[in-house]
Amino acid sequence: MSVEEKVIKIIAEKLNVSEDQVKPEASFVDDLGADSLDLVELVMAMEEEFGMEISDEEAEKLRTVGDVLNFVRERVKE
Amino acid sequence: MDLAHKVALVTGASRGIGRAVALELARAGAAVAVNYTASEGPAREVVQEIERMGGKAIPVRFDVADPEAVARGVKEVEEALGAIDILVNNAGITRDGLLVRLKDEDWERVLSVNLRGAFLVTRAVLPGMMKRRYGRIINISSVVAFSGNPGQTNYAASKAGLVGFSRSLALEVARRGITVNVVAPGFIETDMTAALPEKAREALLSRVPMGRAGTPQEVAHAVVFLASDRASYITGTVLHVNGGLW
Repeated sequence: MSVEEKVIKIIAEKLNVSEDQVKPEASFVDDLGADSLDLVELVMAMEEEFGMEISDEEAEKLRTVGDVLNFVRERVKE
Repeated sequence: MDLAHKVALVTGASRGIGRAVALELARAGAAVAVNYTASEGPAREVVQEIERMGGKAIPVRFDVADPEAVARGVKEVEEALGAIDILVNNAGITRDGLLVRLKDEDWERVLSVNLRGAFLVTRAVLPGMMKRRYGRIINISSVVAFSGNPGQTNYAASKAGLVGFSRSLALEVARRGITVNVVAPGFIETDMTAALPEKAREALLSRVPMGRAGTPQEVAHAVVFLASDRASYITGTVLHVNGGLW
């Protein structure tokens, strides 16, 4: 499974939405109905899946699916 | 058996209310991690008693006020028994004294074990509960959080703190199938209250409308209820087990 596929799967699972809804432009709060604890859970799941740490400052900037995809791509590359 | 296949962690479970809570949870079918710090012998006895009644239990040593020890301890429990479904933050100490003479360390140690300890253990256990969309957190407060008690500003503050802590956490995790509640015992027969001077004991007892001290089991029954599915719609509340003492 590619990094992108993994990210989408995690988001769909955590937010209880279908994978089709997890489009790059989708906003977690406005489009996918996430609350603040959902976002924390998402960050924790990413940290676990990719073995990295995401600071609160970084996490705050992750507003859309695309933000997360870019962030994880960058980090995994490093 | 209400709690079959459930895993419980009870802090401060070697003696007093914690011990009774561990035993009653086990009687209801839960596998129980019996946490202790210094009382290894008594903790092992609780484990043996649970095993004698056909239950499953392990002793687990950690100081609830030490974040690293807490993380290690919670991991140990999850490896031995599985994911934790029920957390009972019971570990508590007293360092009584009138405020005007209360030492910094007496204030800090009580707050550190009773309140910060509950925070640390809960933070370590919560991610697993969130993932599984299930959890029961029960924090043991005290009647003195509500009534006050001269000589116990530190203890009362820590126990009142647990109420605000629980109510707020209940709101944070309500949508995750996790409930957070408080049990507030009154005057209960334990080592902690046995250490009171005879006069203070008598004075306290005379204020209990039911005319007797409560037993640790009577507190444990309230905890088992809140841990069970019968309490599935109860969160952020305080269950007073005090024989009418306020």
